[in-house]
Amino acid sequence: MRHEAILLAPLCAALLVALGCRALPRLLAHGLPIAAVGASAVLSTWALVDQLNGPPVVVKLFDWLSIGGLHLSFGLLIDRLSALMMCVVTWVSLAVHVYTVRYMRDDPGYARFFACIAFFTSAMLLLVMADNFMQLFVGWEAVGLASYLLIGFWFKRPSANFASLKAFLVNRIGDLGLLLGIGLIAGAAGTLDYAEVFAGAGTLAVREITVWPGISWPALDLGCVLLFVGAMGKSAQMPLHIWLPDSMEGPTPISALIHAATMVTAGVFMVARMSPLFEHSAMALSLVLAAGATTALATGLVAIVQQDIKRIVAWSTLSQLGYMMAGAGVSAYSVAIYHLFTHAFFKALLFLAAGAVIVALHHQQDIRRMGGLWRRMPITYATALIGGLALAGIPGTAGFFSKDALIAAVSRADGALGAYAGWCLLLGVAATAFYTARLLLVVFHGEPRGEPQASPRSPLEPVGPWMLAPLLFLAVPSLLIGWFTFAPVVLGDYFAGSVVNLPSGGPGGANLSESTAEFFLHGLYSPVFLLAALGGAAAWALYEWRPQWRELAAPALRWPARALKLGYGFDMLVERAVIPGTRGLARGAAEQADARFIDGLLVNGLGRIVRWSSRAMRRLQTGLLYHYAFAMVTAICLLIAWVILMVSG
Amino acid sequence: MPDFGLLSVIIWLPALAGALIALFAGNAAGARWAALAVSLLQWIPGVMLWRAFAPGAGYQFVERNAWIERFNVEYYLGVDGIALALILLTLLLTPAAVVAGWRAINRRAGLYYGALLVQQGLMLGVFCALDSLLFYVFWEFMLAPMFLIIGVWGGERRIYATVKFFLFTFLGSVFMLVALVYLYLQSGSYAIPDLHAQPLSLTEQQWLFFAFLAAFAVKVPMWPVHTWLPDAHVEAPTGGSVILAAILLKMGGFGLLRFGLPVTPDAAAQFAPLIVGLSLVAIVYIAVVALAQRDLKKLIAYSSVAHMGFATLGMFIPLSRASAEGAALLTLGMGGGMVQMISHGFISAALFMCVGVLYDRAHTRRISDFGGVANTMPVFAVLLALFALANAGLPGTSGFVGEFLVILASFRAEPLVALGAGTILVLGAAYSLYMIKRVLFGEVANEKVAALADLDVREAIALGGLALLVVALGLYPGPLVELMEPSLDALARQVMAGKAGAL
Amino acid sequence: MIGLPHLLTLSAVLFAIAVCGIFINRRSVILLLMCVELLLLAVNFNFVAFAWFLGDLAGQVFVFFILTVAAAEAAIGLAILVVLFRNRISVNVDEFQLLKG
Repeated sequence: MRHEAILLAPLCAALLVALGCRALPRLLAHGLPIAAVGASAVLSTWALVDQLNGPPVVVKLFDWLSIGGLHLSFGLLIDRLSALMMCVVTWVSLAVHVYTVRYMRDDPGYARFFACIAFFTSAMLLLVMADNFMQLFVGWEAVGLASYLLIGFWFKRPSANFASLKAFLVNRIGDLGLLLGIGLIAGAAGTLDYAEVFAGAGTLAVREITVWPGISWPALDLGCVLLFVGAMGKSAQMPLHIWLPDSMEGPTPISALIHAATMVTAGVFMVARMSPLFEHSAMALSLVLAAGATTALATGLVAIVQQDIKRIVAWSTLSQLGYMMAGAGVSAYSVAIYHLFTHAFFKALLFLAAGAVIVALHHQQDIRRMGGLWRRMPITYATALIGGLALAGIPGTAGFFSKDALIAAVSRADGALGAYAGWCLLLGVAATAFYTARLLLVVFHGEPRGEPQASPRSPLEPVGPWMLAPLLFLAVPSLLIGWFTFAPVVLGDYFAGSVVNLPSGGPGGANLSESTAEFFLHGLYSPVFLLAALGGAAAWALYEWRPQWRELAAPALRWPARALKLGYGFDMLVERAVIPGTRGLARGAAEQADARFIDGLLVNGLGRIVRWSSRAMRRLQTGLLYHYAFAMVTAICLLIAWVILMVSG
Repeated sequence: MPDFGLLSVIIWLPALAGALIALFAGNAAGARWAALAVSLLQWIPGVMLWRAFAPGAGYQFVERNAWIERFNVEYYLGVDGIALALILLTLLLTPAAVVAGWRAINRRAGLYYGALLVQQGLMLGVFCALDSLLFYVFWEFMLAPMFLIIGVWGGERRIYATVKFFLFTFLGSVFMLVALVYLYLQSGSYAIPDLHAQPLSLTEQQWLFFAFLAAFAVKVPMWPVHTWLPDAHVEAPTGGSVILAAILLKMGGFGLLRFGLPVTPDAAAQFAPLIVGLSLVAIVYIAVVALAQRDLKKLIAYSSVAHMGFATLGMFIPLSRASAEGAALLTLGMGGGMVQMISHGFISAALFMCVGVLYDRAHTRRISDFGGVANTMPVFAVLLALFALANAGLPGTSGFVGEFLVILASFRAEPLVALGAGTILVLGAAYSLYMIKRVLFGEVANEKVAALADLDVREAIALGGLALLVVALGLYPGPLVELMEPSLDALARQVMAGKAGAL
Repeated sequence: MIGLPHLLTLSAVLFAIAVCGIFINRRSVILLLMCVELLLLAVNFNFVAFAWFLGDLAGQVFVFFILTVAAAEAAIGLAILVVLFRNRISVNVDEFQLLKG
């Protein structure tokens, strides 16, 4: 019962708030969801503790339908993987709920917002607790819906509407892949239950699927690639990443919860969950590795040139998702999930800190109009600094443990692809440190710029304890959690029962180090730290120490900077080619093919032929008696002649 | 002693009540309330039917009396799970159709509501008929009330639309009559079970299959004989659109399951690739066409064609590749198609009612005349968004179930077909949500939008009820599928066994 | 010697003239009526010829019936003609084309 409650509590709260919507007093509008998510968080932690010393739990909820030998049902699978995810989701969600109380204080859609995030929380839990593919897909789409509703939360803004539509459609492209992958598994395995499919993975691995008469592919290669397409959409891997930066149109708490900590990591979670299948498909793993590594570096570079505080963090999220994927691509699922785990805390922290800055500056998001805030917002600054250090992977922080382990795991991959991925991730570290340092330096240090804070005495909007408490709450794990969890999760075999590593898969993340302390000490001397320090120092030099150097470098870097500012032109391609192309195609199909050809030429054309031919026939009816008489006689003559010829012939 | 039972009541009660209302209703209000009362009263025999239906494959509630003895035509009724599901759909949606015209129909209201109820009775007759000539009679008579509804209470180009609608469907069904007469000459019977058992050579089956296809493809409607549908919808009053989209189109799919597949199984298997191809065109091409529509009703009409393409795809894709698990796969595909049809009934009815709500207030259906409706009609906005998302096949709504099952079946038969059909995931979301974006979101666009009043109680109950049904079916489709599964299973076995070999 | 073929040929010529008269004549309805009489005459001629050839009186008797019918027909036809003329002030065939499509 308590397992169902984890899922149902936020859902019920969401429904109650949604139904009560405007009539509901504020206290209930935020009180119900916070209480429900809090209960979920506590129960999730309880479930996690259970998992540490017990077997996985499967709870059957109800049979969805069964037809043609296919049985689909809803159920919960709580093993160590999902228990960890549940804790991440519920605790981060709780922090964001509390933060929202102040952030959305003056918004007319206050209750609607709480209904949506509570709904999101339960949808995400549905996804991670799924015990079958169908339910995974249901949760997958439900979080997409929540994301759509929340990105477009301020539905009066055209940009928000565009961004939400874009996010939904790009995600749907990925979902198509996921759905087809599920179709393949249902066809090949005859069931969609995780346990049964995974148990039969060995037999699936040798089957072939006939795609077209004469062309066959190994079933699992195709299936895993299709599943990964789904992960690419949700986890924003290139080239399906274009929706994530735009999703920053949503309110900041959403960016922290959905577009940094939880929903976008669903793809990584899914790959880890499907590890029994991916392990059989070297091809799919290579694809995961290539996509992840490319995304990690390419999007990290874009973050360097952004000017919007939220977009910097968003591009950074893309980069970190690339890291996780790359880790999964070398079979280091446990390390990838571990990075997901730490990233959830420090990235949510960074987003919430950014939100605090935005609120304080009266909804200013351009970092060129910020500066010198560290004196005036010391708590926000301190927590943002912790988040930044963790993001840059400074030894000792949570981000260090997960990212260094990831890089170490990927560097073991062999072949050209392995080398490429290794270099991407290493260079990505420098980029990460650079943009993180730039963000912190420009926002919190230097001289105050821009209108509202031009004079040190001009009032900042007070932020208040509702927003600071979640920052402090998230800062603790961002800084410290690596010390407690690294040893069991990465070095130990925490995921032994829920993630599979086979000899046929990648090198994995086992035996990276002897102990946490050794890994830490080793990290201090590693090239990773050196690169991070270099990146940070470069940012310090360019933005704090010698700003005039930027002017000097500008002409040489004009073209690369332009490419980065455009995000390599993906958005331009969509806006200039895909959207007008689709629109033109649709218009052509509707106006030419359908209205003019099928309806105009064929359907109404048939009508016209009938009308023409009847007009022609009408000419015969002259109304003159002697014409009729003539026709009669002629016809009789012809008939008689025909009869005579027939009889005689 | 002739036997008449529940099915006769279900068919003739609304037909007679409709005739009485048409003849005697004094004023519009009386006609409205009477029609609503009758359509709700129909739920009683409906529930009795549902409760008394024993899960199983055979025909139940059979009534069999001689009708035209000279030609062995009978008054022969009975339902299986497939028909029952569609009967329940009809019964559930008729009150919604009545409510849809509440505000708009004031001229000759008695005749309108009478026609609506007669239409309901005739449609129920089609679902219940087990004698093929009786089926044909109901089938053709069904055109008459709809002809009146569009032709009398329609929009500006109503005459063009009605004539087109009538000629299209009539032309198709004449071929069905020829096929039925031929089958009678072969088997000496018009009873549908006899026709199912009648052995036929492959050549005969091919001719018959195309004759049936001509009748049913127009009704579904399949590409390229779909163009009557957007015109008919645009001109029809809201109630007419609801009936047309939600129930009348289902006749096509139902006919294929009753005649096309079981009477001519080998020809169906032979021509399955053709039907699959047409369905795919309907899904992909029509969805693209829907993107460019400027009229709300046209958009929904085109989306109906695309969604019905899923139904025909599900019925025929398992036949396109012979496989060992054939019957089970066919059950899956046909089940997906049926669920898709039922779900589309609810969703399209709701969407047309939503358009009707807007039209009643603003007297326009052009998408560009709206914008920011969510500001003035929040409750309506939530419901319209829900139905649009259901139309896009969002899990948790009924729109997902059918698409999911059909795509599973397609992938098992032809992975590439599944890929083509799956594009509806993107395209369906594109046209549904693009419509939502333009109509609901943004600042209030003009004074017309600013003056919109939110739903009244009557509209809220009707749309809210439909929303509950859509969500309930999406979350728990089990009972619906259980109702149909034995019949589908038996049908699938019969189709897979084929009949050319028996000769 | 005049034989049956000669008589039949004459009858056929009469019949053909009458038929041609019906659809070549474009002026008067009276001419039409006369042509119809001529058709009947040709038929009568055949009856008489065959009666003589076969030695059977029935043919000649039949001619009387036809003459009676023809007289009645002429009477009715002329009556219609009078009414027609009264209404249309014309008996010109070209002017009667109410059935024109």
